[in-house]
Amino acid sequence: MAGSDNDLVVRIGGDSAAGGIVTTGEVFARIASFVGLEIYTTRTIPAEIKGGHVMFQVRAADHPIYSQGDELDLLVAYDQESYERYFKLLKKGGVLVYSSNDLTPPSSGEVKMYGLPLTDLARQVNFVRGRNIILIGALVKLFDLPYDRAVEVVRKQLGRKKEMLEQNLNALQTGYRWVEENIGYESPFHLRGTARDASQDGRLALSGNQALAIGAIAAGCRFYAGYPITPASDIMEFLASEFPKISGTMIQAEDEIAAIGMALGASFTGVRAMTATSGPGLALMIEMLGHASMTETPLVIVDVQRAGPSTGMPTKVSQGDLRMAVFAGNDDAPRIVVAPVSVEDCFYQIVHAFNLAEKYQMPVLFLSDQDMSVRVQTIPPFDLSKVRYEPRHLWDMHGKYERYADTPTGVSPMSLPGMPGGQYTAEGLEHYASGAPGYDPELHVANMEKRYRKLEGALPDIEAWGMYEQFGDDDAALGIIGWGSTIGPVREAVACAKANGIPVAVFYPKALFPLPDARLKAFLEKRQAVIVPEMNFSGQFAGMLRARAQSYGIERPIVKLNQYSGVPLATRQVFEQIVAVNETLNR
Amino acid sequence: MVTTVEPAPVKRTVADYKSDVKPIWCPGCGDFGVLSAFYKALADLNTDPANAVLVSGIGCSGRFPAFVEAYGFHGVHGRALPLATGVKMANPSLTVVVAGGDGDAFSIGAGHLPHAARRNVDLTYIVMDNQIYGLTKGQPSPTSPHGMEKKSAPYGSPDFPINPILMALSYGASFVARGFSSRPKDVTELIKQGIRHKGFAFIQVYSPCVTFNDTYDHFRQLTANLPADHDPSNRMMAIERAMSLDPLYLGVYYREERPTYDAQMAEVREKSGGQFSLEKLIEKYRT
Repeated sequence: MAGSDNDLVVRIGGDSAAGGIVTTGEVFARIASFVGLEIYTTRTIPAEIKGGHVMFQVRAADHPIYSQGDELDLLVAYDQESYERYFKLLKKGGVLVYSSNDLTPPSSGEVKMYGLPLTDLARQVNFVRGRNIILIGALVKLFDLPYDRAVEVVRKQLGRKKEMLEQNLNALQTGYRWVEENIGYESPFHLRGTARDASQDGRLALSGNQALAIGAIAAGCRFYAGYPITPASDIMEFLASEFPKISGTMIQAEDEIAAIGMALGASFTGVRAMTATSGPGLALMIEMLGHASMTETPLVIVDVQRAGPSTGMPTKVSQGDLRMAVFAGNDDAPRIVVAPVSVEDCFYQIVHAFNLAEKYQMPVLFLSDQDMSVRVQTIPPFDLSKVRYEPRHLWDMHGKYERYADTPTGVSPMSLPGMPGGQYTAEGLEHYASGAPGYDPELHVANMEKRYRKLEGALPDIEAWGMYEQFGDDDAALGIIGWGSTIGPVREAVACAKANGIPVAVFYPKALFPLPDARLKAFLEKRQAVIVPEMNFSGQFAGMLRARAQSYGIERPIVKLNQYSGVPLATRQVFEQIVAVNETLNR
Repeated sequence: MVTTVEPAPVKRTVADYKSDVKPIWCPGCGDFGVLSAFYKALADLNTDPANAVLVSGIGCSGRFPAFVEAYGFHGVHGRALPLATGVKMANPSLTVVVAGGDGDAFSIGAGHLPHAARRNVDLTYIVMDNQIYGLTKGQPSPTSPHGMEKKSAPYGSPDFPINPILMALSYGASFVARGFSSRPKDVTELIKQGIRHKGFAFIQVYSPCVTFNDTYDHFRQLTANLPADHDPSNRMMAIERAMSLDPLYLGVYYREERPTYDAQMAEVREKSGGQFSLEKLIEKYRT
């Protein structure tokens, strides 16, 4: 867990109207990563357009980190609100730095407190908007990071205009000096950058949405239609910038229904197509999701989950759309549901999502979440050699063409507009092999089976492509089965449990529908109890797992661990649950 | 994407565009006239069936693609225009025609019309307007007259009808026309002009429903060709004549040349500089 001298968590809070809080955090994170540290950032952006509280958190360490960290080592409060919200998260012996021009917190014996006259210092250097850079300078000194590296990052990040650069560098030095002179020459923390080693070459710092968009391009996606929605919009903005360079098409549609419709129409012509949205948008897309399934048209639909229901909390995290992704729609419409577990994984799993959609000619839902979509984190470079390309099974242009011809795999060769003799109508009504509408009972039975048969073919691919993570002690009586971004705190909690003598086995499938039954069954058989952590109220995944376990004839206590506050699951919560369930096993 | 095939040197006939599926419409349905006119238009233009895509929504009109020997996409209710936009923008070399009805186009799917029009997507949108929901057996539609008595409006419909031509003109459709299914030669001509038009072509066709709303006599009496002095480049004149309820004018109301959506996209690609390397893109995020 965080909190050692080489693993520190800093949170910066303030009003976004004052500006620059996120920039402060981002620049500081870049300095930390530049000196060879691993970083993991978290942010909340205000729902207000201008103004409103904003928080940025950086965890920096000299080893890989998997969660945002539970407690704060350092809190930077620009205003009273930040102090009131986060002071309780500051650990004993931690440090509070506050803007002494804006607030005067009561003294506390448990933490060190430093008032930083940000506004006065900014006036002194004649740079009123320079408060954030002054703070960065102060942070660099507080953490004992090399000053010259900080200068380099500021040059790179904020050096577009020469006169601005000079002001910024001056402000940086002012903050650094102030800490040196007033808090003491000796810094309270020593987050010394490790000498960068070769394994860090090519390391990236980016967000899940960026990793996802790059992955989509690598996967061959060349058509995107979307409608603005938090927290998915930056996927659209990213592709709007890159697609034109590669003859791709990005359309900002009039609504989510149009967005999925355009993507579906594009896929019909043979191009790899995607749309991305969040829960409310996915709710609007459900009819067309079924249509993609019925017409057997490949399509990737990304849902960056946010807290709901209804409009909910657009800037807060949730894993509440699992049930919608797996089950929503009229009657039985097969689809595949893929869930990445991290920023890095967004890249690899979106490639799998495209390959599954194309190979099995059906919609693939991709469940990301607000936390992994916006947080910036250091990750190893993408291994482009792992990007596979599964082509769509196309008609060979010989003989009489039947679009929905039944086959052993259920996958029918597809013709594309432009292929002479391949004419057919993609049909949402039940249909004969030719595509002509038909309502015979036998036809509907055969087609239902054909469409579902494709999922049976997908399962071996899901296994072969390694769409799961399994770690921990494989002989442990206690297991954790989860999905998505909760894997980070779980990883840290399991390491902590191991250090405390409690073995735990962990399984994270990345295909949530269809679930990898053989692997899941084998995992369950070896456990006496299983914890299912997830960020929703009702335990949507736990419910699905209970049904699967029942179908295998396995009876095991499935213990829910639900976090539904809008903030990520904490390592401590997982650890405490492990300890509690472990006690019941030993009783 | 598939490279398109050069048009065959053969001269195609109406028979080349008829699929094996027989229309299921009621005998006497106006849609038969529109379908015949459509076959004829394709034959006159010698359109390659492999290069043509018909997109539809739900309703009696939604069955249109099944009856035509071409590629087709029978969408869900009201979503023909987004599907067609995707098809056209992914492969602009295709001839994309959209078939809809008054419910599909002006009620459930009405939100898509302004956007297809303002983008000037190079589509031909044929709306078969029978002023009734036929497939669901006779409920008033957005173009039904006020006071129409039907099972869902037993005391007369309290809703007033919209004016589709006026809508299309105000949305910025670059080609706006109206036909009547009982005048199939004129409809053929409008469809041909619509397909030839580079941009979004909106064609409303009165297509009476013999079963639930027989308006043949009504339209025979009320319709008239646009006056000989009509200037299709004059939007104000088009708007004025679109507001006439007696007579209801038939013909090309409005036509303008302006860049299509695929031309706009080509310009966006030009502006982007066209230089791309995945490795360089990833490089931007190196620490």
